[in-house]
Amino acid sequence: MKDYTTLQAVWFVLISVLWLGYFVLEGFDFGVGMLIRAVGRDPAERRAVLHSIGPVWDGNEVWLIVAGGATFAAFPEWYATLFSGFYLALFLILVALIVRGVVFEFWGKGGSEAWQARWEWALIGGSLLPALLWGVGWANIVGGVPIDADAEYTGTLFTLLEPYALLGGLATLTLFLAHGAIFLSLRTTGAVEERSRAIATRAAPLAAVVVIGFLVWTLARQDGLESASAVCAAGATALVIAAAALAGRRPVHAFGATCGAIVLFFCTLFTDLFPHAMVSSTNEAFSLTLNEASSSNYTLTVMTVVAVLLVPVVLLYQGWTYWVFRHRISAEGFGAVRSPIDLLPGSGEASDGGRSAGT
Amino acid sequence: MTSLELARWQFGITTLYHFIFVPVTIGMAIFVAYCQTRWYRTGSEHWLRATRFWGKLMLISFALGVVTGLVQEFQFGMNWSDYSRFVGDIFGAPLAMEGLAAFFVESTFLGLWIFGWGRLSKRVHLACAWAVAGSTALSAYFILAANSWMQHPVGYEMEDGRPKLTSIADVLFNNTAIYAFVHTILAALLTAGMLVIAVSAWHLRRGTEGAGVFGGSLRVALPIVTVTALLQFVVGHFDGILMTEQQPMKMAAADAVFETTEGAGLSLFAIGDLESNPEGLNRNIEVPNLLSWVTTGYPRGEIEGVNDINREYREAYGPGEYAPIIAVTYWTWRAMLGSAALMFLLGAYGWWRVHRGRLEQSRRFLKWSVPAVALPFIASLTGWTFTEMGRQPWVVFGLLKTDDAGSPSVSAAEVWITLVGFTLLYGALAAIAGRVFLKLARKGAEEEGKAEEPGQELALAY
Repeated sequence: MKDYTTLQAVWFVLISVLWLGYFVLEGFDFGVGMLIRAVGRDPAERRAVLHSIGPVWDGNEVWLIVAGGATFAAFPEWYATLFSGFYLALFLILVALIVRGVVFEFWGKGGSEAWQARWEWALIGGSLLPALLWGVGWANIVGGVPIDADAEYTGTLFTLLEPYALLGGLATLTLFLAHGAIFLSLRTTGAVEERSRAIATRAAPLAAVVVIGFLVWTLARQDGLESASAVCAAGATALVIAAAALAGRRPVHAFGATCGAIVLFFCTLFTDLFPHAMVSSTNEAFSLTLNEASSSNYTLTVMTVVAVLLVPVVLLYQGWTYWVFRHRISAEGFGAVRSPIDLLPGSGEASDGGRSAGT
Repeated sequence: MTSLELARWQFGITTLYHFIFVPVTIGMAIFVAYCQTRWYRTGSEHWLRATRFWGKLMLISFALGVVTGLVQEFQFGMNWSDYSRFVGDIFGAPLAMEGLAAFFVESTFLGLWIFGWGRLSKRVHLACAWAVAGSTALSAYFILAANSWMQHPVGYEMEDGRPKLTSIADVLFNNTAIYAFVHTILAALLTAGMLVIAVSAWHLRRGTEGAGVFGGSLRVALPIVTVTALLQFVVGHFDGILMTEQQPMKMAAADAVFETTEGAGLSLFAIGDLESNPEGLNRNIEVPNLLSWVTTGYPRGEIEGVNDINREYREAYGPGEYAPIIAVTYWTWRAMLGSAALMFLLGAYGWWRVHRGRLEQSRRFLKWSVPAVALPFIASLTGWTFTEMGRQPWVVFGLLKTDDAGSPSVSAAEVWITLVGFTLLYGALAAIAGRVFLKLARKGAEEEGKAEEPGQELALAY
């Protein structure tokens, strides 16, 4: 039996694209979340930090929901084996995402600084943990985990914490941190911008070292070099180095470099995984191929039509959101805010939080 | 307890909790968009304040609905991997469509709506409010299509012991799904209406009104509650007839009819032995012939009983118990109907008082409207408990039993960890969200801006 059909390959690519979208977009959300107290020293500055991702974080997280749903629809066996297998790891990710998700709603509604500090720490923890665990998880998917003949995972949470996977976790953690710091240096002004840039110039080289180490290890693990994977790894390496070099001087270029580095980093893993959905470390014969994991041809066809119709539209309006909220955010705009009345036009010192209010 | 029993508890707890926020979000999103439309049309400051005040309350529910929705999508794979493998060819498709067609719209346009005050033109901003309202309803449609397939599987054929999708149109336009959708949207409007009434009544009774927001909101919410509660009985009636045809056991269990009866009475209060299926009642107070009349249209119509259906199913599906826990279906069904009846009475009475121009003088009405906010939640939660527990022992009716749907690789200890973890986390979130909700609700709409142009997004966001 062939390992995959054309339609299955298309869906592997589509699901990969959804994950890439998720990591590029929520990658900087995670970085921004981790840095809220490091770059924001007072409530006005921290409000500006929250504000830099406030309008978009929820839309960014939907990429994950859709990646999960698409995996369920296109490769149910993959979804079942992966989600029941990585059970406690996913539980930790869920708890983290829940906690960080409510921060945006509750942070400003308590009135005391202790209340805000608690939610800031929740945001830091809730951003750090998934940033680490997504790397651990994907390194395990590619590196192989104990799976038996019935496609059931036979390990525990600790099976997932082997050195290669932990390095993968550190790679995504540092990469997202640098990505978020560069994003903040692009989206803010004043002291917040300066601190973000200072952190970016240190985080980006660190990310480069860890990412390159992990990519080399990934290629070394392959039996015979997989050329597509090696090309992606080379590209990712070039881009993390570029990001490290540009982080302090050219934030726009550096941000482009980290976006590209995240894409190629995960492409290295996806091309390594293909044409499998899960790799069994117990016995190579137990690995789940795309064909074995897949839905019927009819279901894949239906979903292809839906995806072709909707994905371009999604990209259009999500792109438009970023355009609407393109302005930089300064803490000064928030300093004088005591109550919503302060924000009204003509009420004096309080100005719009942005430099240039568009439209 | 086995990992399967624990997984069932977890699904029950997390799903019911999620559904506290779903109807509030859908209903309030529509109500807020309506208020904003009134403001857009009339330029009246009352409706601007109303939009922003109710919008803030909606956002709390939205945030909790979004984060708890994540768990919903993940736990099919985590706790129910054999279910996921079995239904994957069909069940995943509406879930993925929900994400692509509804969640992206909802999350993106919610961000635009929250932060777009003064940045977008009034017209575009209003369109964002309606995009949010429409997409929350659309997401309900897809998830109900998926759930309805579990209640009444259609559009498939069996291949290698698993259902294979043959018609996506049959799944999406399943008549069960259409009824469930109308029923759910009405429930959402009813919930939002009751919430608006409760908060408005609280302010009117204390005289903290002044901006005209609460009187105006109440005058809109009362007809909504009256009409939607009434419509629920109409839709529920037809839904009941459909269910009698598709899942006769569930309806027999709802009314605790054990032996097939012509001219069955509608039971008002019954007790039986303390068993999952007592196979008969000890005491029963009923209205003669009423059940047959509402279910079949004839006073002497035949209602199939639990014991007879059980015999039929044993012949068709093999030995076993095919009745759900009768006491659960019987009482949840009554709690749901009773709550709806009370909401109708409250709405109609209030509407009549408004009509007479004596609403503000109705101290007792204003007082009782506040605790009455529990009613729509009782109705939704008992309604879902009835629907899901009433389908047991099946997870997919006639195709897969719940006992065969769990995750073999997940141990009971692991499910304990996640069950306790989610329950504690959800409990803490409920306490925090409840506190913030009450604080904002009590604060009133005075601060919602005196100028016509609100100009800033932060007021609503942080």
